[in-house]
Amino acid sequence: MTDYPADSILVLLETTSTGELAKSTAGLLGAAAQVGTPVALVVTGSGEAQALAEHAAAAGAERVLVVESDSTTAQLTVPLVDALVAAAGAVAPDAVLISNSIEGRDVAGRFAARTNAPIAVDVVGVSRDEEGVVAHHSVYGGAYNVDSAATFGPLVATVRQGAVEARAEARPVAVETLEVPASGAASATIESFEAVTEASSRPELRGATRVVSGGRGLGSAEKFVLVEELADALGAAVGASRAAVDAGYIPATHQVGQTGVSVSPQLYIALGISGAIQHRAGMQTAKNIIAVNKDPDAPIFEVADFGVVGDVFTIVPQLISALSERRR
Amino acid sequence: MKIIVLVKEVPDTYGERKLDLETGLADRAASEAVLDEISERALEVALSYADKADGTEVVVLSMAPESAAATIRKGLAMGAASAVHVADPGLAGADLGLTARTLAAAIRRTGFDLVITGNLSTDGSGGVLPAMLAELLEVPNLTALSSVEITTDSVSGTRSADDGNMRVSAALPAVISINEALPDARFPNFKGIMAAKKKPFETLSASDLGIEPGDASAPASIMTAIAEKPPRTAGVKITDEGDGGTKIAEYLIENRLV
Repeated sequence: MTDYPADSILVLLETTSTGELAKSTAGLLGAAAQVGTPVALVVTGSGEAQALAEHAAAAGAERVLVVESDSTTAQLTVPLVDALVAAAGAVAPDAVLISNSIEGRDVAGRFAARTNAPIAVDVVGVSRDEEGVVAHHSVYGGAYNVDSAATFGPLVATVRQGAVEARAEARPVAVETLEVPASGAASATIESFEAVTEASSRPELRGATRVVSGGRGLGSAEKFVLVEELADALGAAVGASRAAVDAGYIPATHQVGQTGVSVSPQLYIALGISGAIQHRAGMQTAKNIIAVNKDPDAPIFEVADFGVVGDVFTIVPQLISALSERRR
Repeated sequence: MKIIVLVKEVPDTYGERKLDLETGLADRAASEAVLDEISERALEVALSYADKADGTEVVVLSMAPESAAATIRKGLAMGAASAVHVADPGLAGADLGLTARTLAAAIRRTGFDLVITGNLSTDGSGGVLPAMLAELLEVPNLTALSSVEITTDSVSGTRSADDGNMRVSAALPAVISINEALPDARFPNFKGIMAAKKKPFETLSASDLGIEPGDASAPASIMTAIAEKPPRTAGVKITDEGDGGTKIAEYLIENRLV
């Protein structure tokens, strides 16, 4: 099968260290389906392709190209770029969508440079006008909406994780194996990998629909547990301000803000966070913001839909018990 | 060993940042311009290696308007030996492809064993440039490093990947990007600031690098629309009178958030 739809959107699906499709899959295919026909590329270890292809089809991939290779666990970035170049050559897509993750950005950058394709980064949505695919961006911490497009040729876009809510309909499974000639481009060697295993059933911060964040106002790592308790009561992810991270209350992977993770959840609760512009830049696109802070002049209140001036150590336990009351 | 550190002038994140709604370009007059903090950390990685390894030359490189020269000079005051500034009005509003081609040309012209960049700038937050440069320079990329070890012929480190930490390594030459886990940068001292005035500071145009900014035969990414979002307005603010937690619970229930 070499006949690909004229409006094909090539989507590079990410796999996790445990060999499954990453959480970004549904959003990427959902975005692709809004502007064309999603054609997925999955690069995986040998013997795992069929299961992943079925997952991709269930998430909306019209066609699934699979590459079975173990080189991605030994070499950084380049094997994925080689696969993507081969796939783009076969499919001739209108756009290439890649997750705006650490690995995704590297692949997108190398792919765009190698194929001389225009690249749009940290895209929060895509649409199509009469001239082609348009990428939507939310820049300067959500202060501006900007659109971009390619002057000609396919657009490469990295899609912000959790930003696209659209989902594609499941399709029947159509798998093809793709042969990938190795480019021989110089690459770094992956010597070892250690999965970050946070012993927690909490949702991941990136892409979470609810986030409870704590700041310097929590006072210590021991007391930061209060943030986690409220998060658990709400089924929310745990976030933090840079001040809380710098003070060692919680690891940096939980940092929300300009230099941490950007989140756009349905609900964001800020506890003991003053709301420096740097923090607000990473959360002010949340649909509902609730803030608790003892300082009535804290800037966080400027963006909060509901703010309570007071002590987090009395207010939050009361909130938690009110929530558990209700559940009974 | 020659290490090139890419540095970027950005609007101060702690102030208000504006885009010009006519041109779509950053409104550089609207906010204080600073050297991006992650650029400073990248420079610190190079300088701390140079402190230990004799014969290491650290060059700061930036593509920025002419007005950014003073910001780039801070890199010299911190301890870099020389600076290369690509300044050309034709490069204003350059997309990532043109930026990468221009920087890659400047890096080749300067000569390098190692290129160090920040993982993400605080203004654009693109994060793709290190990989683009590696591809154009035909060298390995090692990105998002939270620790870096440099030797005379190799670079290795811990990469904070999406779902775990990996140890990565490559022979030089290579391009690396570092994240915020690396140490804070040193402050330029008085001696450094004085010495910076005498250090080589080269300013290059696009044509010096064989780059044609207006070349429409290469596909480009262009901005097609821009709009300022209305600022988020404050909602209800109450002072806790012993029932703050209950009030929040009521708010959550009313708004169907639980």
